[in-house]
Amino acid sequence: MKLNNSLQTLVNPLSKDNPVIVQVLGICSALAVTAKLQPAVVMTISVIAVLAFANVIISLLRKTIPTSIRIIVQLVVVASLVIIVDQILKAYTYDVSKQLSVFIGLIITNCIIMGRLEAFALNNRPWPAFLDGVGNGLGYGIILIIVAFFRELFGSGTLWGYQVIPQWWYDAGYQNNGMMILPPMALITVACIIWVHRAKNKDLQEN
Amino acid sequence: MNRQGSTYTLFYSLLLILVVGVGLSLVYQALRPTQERNIADDTKKQILAAARISPQEGESISDLYAAHISESYIVNSEGERVDASGNALDVNVANQVKLPDNERELPVYVCSTTDGTKYILPVYGAGLWGPIWGYVAFDANGTTIYGAYFAHQGETPGLGAEIEKPAFSSQFDGKKIFNTEGVFTPILIVKQGQAPAGAEYVNAVSGGTITSQGVQKMLANSLLPYAAFLKNLSKTSQKDETE
Repeated sequence: MKLNNSLQTLVNPLSKDNPVIVQVLGICSALAVTAKLQPAVVMTISVIAVLAFANVIISLLRKTIPTSIRIIVQLVVVASLVIIVDQILKAYTYDVSKQLSVFIGLIITNCIIMGRLEAFALNNRPWPAFLDGVGNGLGYGIILIIVAFFRELFGSGTLWGYQVIPQWWYDAGYQNNGMMILPPMALITVACIIWVHRAKNKDLQEN
Repeated sequence: MNRQGSTYTLFYSLLLILVVGVGLSLVYQALRPTQERNIADDTKKQILAAARISPQEGESISDLYAAHISESYIVNSEGERVDASGNALDVNVANQVKLPDNERELPVYVCSTTDGTKYILPVYGAGLWGPIWGYVAFDANGTTIYGAYFAHQGETPGLGAEIEKPAFSSQFDGKKIFNTEGVFTPILIVKQGQAPAGAEYVNAVSGGTITSQGVQKMLANSLLPYAAFLKNLSKTSQKDETE
C-alpha cells in the first residue's frame, strides 16, 4: 500500500468521511457524554483504542471468519475490548470511570465500530485497518470535543472544570444557559457543525 | 477446508468463546485488587469529605482515614451500640435504608478534627435516574450539622448532579436537625426564595427539583433512626459541659 493511500485512510474520516457529521453514526453517545469536556476526551480515547484494536483483530481473522456468524464474531471482539477498557479505567482512573459509568459499556453499541468492521476491516489488511480505526475514532472524537467545548462553556461557564466566564459577567446579569446541558442542545450543536461543514464542502450537499 | 460448513462454524465459535473467556478472566483477576482498593479508598474519601477533610495531592487516603477516624461502630435505632463483630465499613447502607427503623444496623464513624470530635453518619436514597448517597457529619452536641457530602450515580450533569458540589452541600453546615423542643425535624430543601417556618431549610438545585427532593427524603429516612443515638450524644455533651 502506498504512503499516500495510508494517509488518506487516516485523514479522510476527519472531515470528508466523518462518521458523525457525514455518515451520521454514533450520534447517541455524542449526546450523552458531551455535557463536559473531560468525559468527552476520555470517551474519545476509549473509542479510538477499541476501534483500532477491533479493526486489527477482525482484519487478522478476516479470512477465517465463517460468513454466517461474522456479526457475532465482531460483537464478541468489540465487547471484550470494551470490557477490558472499562476494567482498566476502573483500576487506574477511578474518578473518570465513575463519571462515564455506563457510557463506556455502551461503546459496544456505537454504530461507528460495527460499521467500520463490516465496511473496512473485513476486506483490508491489518495496517490499513488500524489506520482506519484511528482515523474514524479521531473523526468521532473531534466532533465530540467540539460539541463538549460549546456545551460546557455556555452551559456551565467552565472548561475542563475550570471557571472561564469571569464573575463580573454574572454580576452584570449573565446566566449560564441550562438548556445547553440537556441532550437536545447536543443535537442542535451537531446540526450547526454539519451546516458549517456542508457550506464549506459543496460536494457533500444533497439535492 | 470448508469455511462455511456447520462443523467449522461450531468449532470456530467454541474456540473464540474459549479464548475470549480466558482472556477476560485473566484481565479481571489481574486488575481486581487495584479496583477494590480504589473503591475502598473512594468510600473513605467520601466519609472524610463530610468532615471537611480532603487529601492533599499524593497523600494516601488510607493513612488520612486512619489518622482522623478514631473509631467506627454500629448502633441500633435505640441508640445503643450493637456488639456486632461487623465492621461499620462493611454495612451495606443501600440495603439497610429499606428495612424498618428498628431493624437497621446504623454505622457511625467517629472523626477527630481540628474543630473537635465529629460523628459521621451515612445516608442513602434515590435521585431522578439512580441512587444518591452521602455522609453527614454532626458536632458532638448531636444536633448541629458540621458538614455534608453527597454523591450520585447518574444524575443529569449540570442539574441534579450539582448536589455533589460544595455550593450545594456546604449549605447544610450549621443546620440543626432537632428543634427547640428536641423533636427530630428533617432539613427541608426548598426553591430559592421560599422560607418555610418551623424547620431548617436549604436551597434546592435549580433545574434539579426531583434530585433535590430525593436528597430531602434521603436525609429524613436515613437520619431518623439515628435520632436516639444523636439525643444520647447531646445528653453526654451537656453533662460534660456542666461538670
